Amino acid sequence: MDVIEHYLYTKEHEWISIEDTTATVGITDYAQVALGDITFIELPEVDSEVEQFEQFVSIESVKAASDIFSPMSGRVIEINKELESDPGLLNKSCYEKGWIAKIVLTDMDEKSNLMTAEEYNKFLEGLET
Amino acid sequence: MELIFEKSVPNRRGFQVPESDVPGKAQIPDKYKRSADSQLPEITELDCIRHYTHLSQRNFSIDTNFYPLGSCTMKYNPKFTEVAARLPGFANLHPLLPQLQLEGGLTQGALQVLYDMDQFLCAMTGMDHFTMQPLAGAHGELTGVMMIAAYHKAKGNKKKYMIVPDSAHGTNPASAAIAGYEIISIPTNKDGVWDLPKLKEKLTPEVAAVMLTCPDTLGIFNPEIDKITKIVHQVDGLMYYDGANLNAILGRCRPGDLGFDVMHVNLHKTFTTPHGGGGPGAGPVGVKKELAKFLPVSRVVKRQDGTLTLDYDYPDSIGYIASFYGNFALILRAYAYILMIGKEGLLETSNHAVLNANYIKERLKKYYVLPYDRICMHECVFSASKQTERGVHAIDIAKYLIDQGIHPPTVYFPLVVKEAVMIEPTETESKKTLDKFIDVMIEIDELSQKTPQIFKDLPKTTPITRPDEVKAARDLDTNYFLKTKI
Amino acid sequence: MNPYIANTNDDVQRMLEVIGIKSIDDLFADIKPQHRPKSFDLPKSKSEFEVLQHLQRLASKNANHLIPFIGAGYYDHYIPAAVNALISRGEFYTAYTPYQPECSQGTLQALYEYQSAICTLTNMEVANASLYDGGTALYEAVMMAIRITNRNKIIVDSGVNPIYRKILRSYTANLSIQFMETPVVHGQGDRGQIEKFLNDQTAAVILQNPNFFGAIDDHSDIVKKAHERGILVIESVYPIALGLLKTPGEMGVDIVTGEGQSLGLPLNFGGPYLGFMATKKEFIRKMPGRIIGQTLDTQGRRCFVNTLQAREQHIRREKATSNICTNVSLCAVQAAMFMSLLGRQGLKQLAQLNLDKAEFTRQTLAKIKGVEVKRSSPTFNEFTVCLPKDASEVVVAMIEYGFAAGFPAGRYFPGMERYLIIAVTEKRTKEEIVRFAQNLEAVLWN
Repeated sequence: MDVIEHYLYTKEHEWISIEDTTATVGITDYAQVALGDITFIELPEVDSEVEQFEQFVSIESVKAASDIFSPMSGRVIEINKELESDPGLLNKSCYEKGWIAKIVLTDMDEKSNLMTAEEYNKFLEGLET
Repeated sequence: MELIFEKSVPNRRGFQVPESDVPGKAQIPDKYKRSADSQLPEITELDCIRHYTHLSQRNFSIDTNFYPLGSCTMKYNPKFTEVAARLPGFANLHPLLPQLQLEGGLTQGALQVLYDMDQFLCAMTGMDHFTMQPLAGAHGELTGVMMIAAYHKAKGNKKKYMIVPDSAHGTNPASAAIAGYEIISIPTNKDGVWDLPKLKEKLTPEVAAVMLTCPDTLGIFNPEIDKITKIVHQVDGLMYYDGANLNAILGRCRPGDLGFDVMHVNLHKTFTTPHGGGGPGAGPVGVKKELAKFLPVSRVVKRQDGTLTLDYDYPDSIGYIASFYGNFALILRAYAYILMIGKEGLLETSNHAVLNANYIKERLKKYYVLPYDRICMHECVFSASKQTERGVHAIDIAKYLIDQGIHPPTVYFPLVVKEAVMIEPTETESKKTLDKFIDVMIEIDELSQKTPQIFKDLPKTTPITRPDEVKAARDLDTNYFLKTKI
Repeated sequence: MNPYIANTNDDVQRMLEVIGIKSIDDLFADIKPQHRPKSFDLPKSKSEFEVLQHLQRLASKNANHLIPFIGAGYYDHYIPAAVNALISRGEFYTAYTPYQPECSQGTLQALYEYQSAICTLTNMEVANASLYDGGTALYEAVMMAIRITNRNKIIVDSGVNPIYRKILRSYTANLSIQFMETPVVHGQGDRGQIEKFLNDQTAAVILQNPNFFGAIDDHSDIVKKAHERGILVIESVYPIALGLLKTPGEMGVDIVTGEGQSLGLPLNFGGPYLGFMATKKEFIRKMPGRIIGQTLDTQGRRCFVNTLQAREQHIRREKATSNICTNVSLCAVQAAMFMSLLGRQGLKQLAQLNLDKAEFTRQTLAKIKGVEVKRSSPTFNEFTVCLPKDASEVVVAMIEYGFAAGFPAGRYFPGMERYLIIAVTEKRTKEEIVRFAQNLEAVLWN
């Protein structure tokens, strides 16, 4: 499973990449494999407020529906509209072209509730046994 | 295969509408008229007959194939019940005739069927009253949960939660949620039954009811069922019995005697009304007398002179849950079936349904992982985990069976078993049919060791190979006439 | 043993040996003695022939001889013989839900064609593969409108079938949904009253065409005003009437539901019937029930599957769009067969014939002294008359003459005790209509 070094992770398999006070979020390689071919994504609205670990996106594959939770609190400033017409990007390129939303963060302390790449890797190993 | 719309040729007709025998042609003002005709096909009757006959030949069905689909009770549908349902004295009966003569005098025969079925179901289940109205199992669940809510409301109970097992059918939590309850899911323990300590932990006074199938979706009868009903009643919670698996226990025990307060019966399972490719079904709901006043209206009641009538005068009733008296033509089929097999037949039904399932379980457990190795009831659940390690998943097993002319068992349900394969043979299948099925399952296990790669391209004998379900969901096409992307 | 049990005693013995037990009773050991039935009092088995005699005796106790001029949402239409022949094929009616697409293409394609037929009939973009009946379909439409708008007030025109309105009330008793019922004036919905409730808390307006009294309408103006405030319009329709009438799609309606019984299903004393639902493509993911989609197999051939299953209870459990599982597939296929046989022209001709006969009936009844046949709004095959007597007494008297004379409006509308709602389908002959009028006159004045 691919894990990107400097990103942070949740137990629900979302990633977040922070630059100053803005961040990009998406789902991890583990998540996209587990979900299978993704057929639909319901994106959040721009300007909507999200809270850490609260559902803000839902994703459907052929035989599953999953809630995606925001890794941190903030305001959505941009969404990846391309996913609406091509949800397969979430499978093909979950860390790059398949990013979901950009968020202006409101509470940097929340970082401490997330896992580093190393911790997330360990977490994944635990899941496989 | 061509669509019926693609067979259309302008000015062909499949049915002759009669000439009018009344004078004058009436007109509707243009503002109220459709601007263009529909695009329904123009075909001859023969075109229509061939089209649908060819379509029918692209189906597996009980009439043509063994259909051991777990939790669906795909038993043989006796032909006589079809004759019964089509008797003109019932089939042509308008549902509002009772409204013309309020004493029910115009429909005594039909009301008798409803009344007798109420009595029969009460006798079989130990409940006190049934409503025949719910139009499917899930509809019955919703009706039952609405009565549970009405019961608690009348008592002033503050209830918030509905408890269901993690192995429950999806309709259980969905029905409870629609009626306004939050769901608590309780896990299954290592013996395949409910984790009693976990249940006790979650069982607060805010629990409205517990919804259970018994035997459960793993095909296991919980020997401690009476303990569960007892502790739930202690917090004034009610016990809901999902009758999906009633075929296993006919004449052996009755949910009413076990302490259940509300239940539904799937006539399309236990009482063999045809499944129709997904419906119609019928899900009558039974209650103990404490809940009778909440039953939906109308209710069929017997007057002192022995005649029957419809009574709407129940101020505590949850009201109308369906337009009329239920899926009457299905109730009539089930009625005919019960009359034919009688008490003896009902006992034989559960005996042979359970015998057949245990026979399959015993013979296949050497080859497939049996997560809960104990006596099962009318169905058994294997895990294809061993075969999956070799690259052959439950779905691949299903497709191999299709090529052998056998409808696959239910796969990937219940969710608590990995790669679940859920087999329900029913009482109407013979040992010979079961042996053939078992042989094929053993063959699959062997092939999974020798040549696991062959499964990927199956099935091969069907009119189509595996469909691209991802494409179906991404490039939605659900209407022939819609040419733009959804 | 009954003819539906397959194992012989010999089979049973061999199976018990394999299992390693002595008797079938041992298989029920988990059921403790104290859990055995307290009683199991059911009748002895009977032969097929004996049951047939019993059922025929019961059937003869139903007043099936009455000539129906009653409709009220459920109509006595002719069912072509080919429909019965096709729907009696065991390959259709003894199949299960098409979860395994490779061996269910028959059902799946037939349902895709059904969805398409409903769409062209209503001029809508997408339809589902059926719901239980017209009443419960309307309830599902209300829940769908609430999901789409996140609002909780519903305007209901009183011309909507009162049985449907009762169903809506009972299902939503424990939910925070508010219904506002608006009156019918001069046969049609009261636009002034509806407009009063059009505000930003309103989720939907529910209308019916033709309405319960038989009046037809063009709801385009209501749709326009509703859409200006983000409100959806739900319309319940009578499919045979759509052979002629302006379609909900043309009016801009958002969700269409209806009772499909008239599309080739027998009256069956109330069921099984066919709830249909169609909507705009933008709402497809909010629609309840199974949806069949077209796709390709691994060899590139056209095929059909259940699609968008992630909306449904077996995947989403308590978060599903509805709890519906079993629907009425077979009735939907039956309706598709009926629509295919009638076709584009046949359905239009059938609708015209219904209209002609109803119009003739209305003119004939208008000649009877004291029978008021109002004409404030046009009608299709059903209309309301005002009688000089209580309509419920008149229908009882008409039973003696062999007629189910109509639906007494007072049953559901207090104050309308003298009104009778009369339906006339293509099956009513001129002779029956004339005799109906003569007998009605006799009942009113002799």
